[in-house]
Amino acid sequence: MNAPFYKFGFFSFDVSLIVAFVIGIGFGFMLERGGFGNARILAAQFYFTNMRVLKVMFTAIVTAMIGIFYLSLIGWVDLSLVYLSDTYIVPQVIGGLILGFGFVIGGYCPGTSFVSLATGRYDGLVFALGVVAGIFVFGELFPYISDFFYSTPMGKVRLNEWLGVSYGMIVLAVVLMALGAFAAAEWGEKVMAKKNGGVIE
Amino acid sequence: MTSLTHVLTKFKTAAGEKSHEHVVEAKPYSNPYYVGVGLGLVLLAAFVIMGRGLGASGALSTVTALTVNTVAPSHAEGNQFYQGYLGDGTTNPLKDWLVFEVLGVLAGGFLSGIFAGRIKVKVEKGPRISSKKRLVFAFLGGALMGFGAKLARGCTSGQALTGGALLNLGSWAFMMAVFAGAYAFAYFMRRQWT
Repeated sequence: MNAPFYKFGFFSFDVSLIVAFVIGIGFGFMLERGGFGNARILAAQFYFTNMRVLKVMFTAIVTAMIGIFYLSLIGWVDLSLVYLSDTYIVPQVIGGLILGFGFVIGGYCPGTSFVSLATGRYDGLVFALGVVAGIFVFGELFPYISDFFYSTPMGKVRLNEWLGVSYGMIVLAVVLMALGAFAAAEWGEKVMAKKNGGVIE
Repeated sequence: MTSLTHVLTKFKTAAGEKSHEHVVEAKPYSNPYYVGVGLGLVLLAAFVIMGRGLGASGALSTVTALTVNTVAPSHAEGNQFYQGYLGDGTTNPLKDWLVFEVLGVLAGGFLSGIFAGRIKVKVEKGPRISSKKRLVFAFLGGALMGFGAKLARGCTSGQALTGGALLNLGSWAFMMAVFAGAYAFAYFMRRQWT
């Protein structure tokens, strides 16, 4: 099998847009199932009362990580053709911190705000408009901050390359880390529920 | 006109009565581990079929760039950031993979909400804050998120989820920073949520 299919020319750009829509449906469906269209559920993550965000995200990362590892191992997927964004470590860490502030202040991230507004939540709609405003501010400031934006470039680099260990070793490490995080999350929820009188939000 | 108002009033009354009767009981959210596997398979499908991951903020960047270009074309022309989303002019910028994916996200979220009886016009907030204040915070949080996502070259979808599964170094550093930022600031926001 030659995958990624699109990169091997199995279908045209126009068809890829239909694929995008279908994949988007799956994405939005799963986010809503997980409770991610609800700002209170998302924010509860940061008060340790409901650890769904961590459980869903980490399970998703582990599932896709193992899948792509296995498919590349047996030669079905050419991993070099799966897009990997370049690392610019300092702007990405600073951007992540700002995004984290925005997460706990606004209660969503861009993707979850779409699901929220699709299920009728005003706060999700207002949040998405806020994102547009933030992008506009970034765009206007871009000429002044582009030096910082392109600082500390490290190219396309994976954790295994950076640490100098094998791909499989990192996959195993992330799986173990996830299992540990799940155990801690289940335990933490019980502790917080006891503190709050037996209610898991 | 009168008949429309009449219908609207009737509709409002009916909706008001409905909420008392609890006609549609919202189902509880699904098991997070099952949802995680489902989400992971969607992401894996994107890798295998398209050779790319999921995204969200990129579509809003296209919308932003298009708006600026419509209002002030010469201004947008001189800005490298907007130009990146406007393309070379041969195709409409809205004919974009992420834009179509986000349209799907809206549809998928709506479908799931319908099936579970969770479509509800309301403001999600904690018990100790007014709706107006909550919306102000939603806008501010969104603005920070938009700025941060552009600086980090992606949001929770494009970096944390996609880059996380591909073991991208920058994505993992980004993800740690997101959680660190949110936990560090959670104390100051507790009145909004708890």
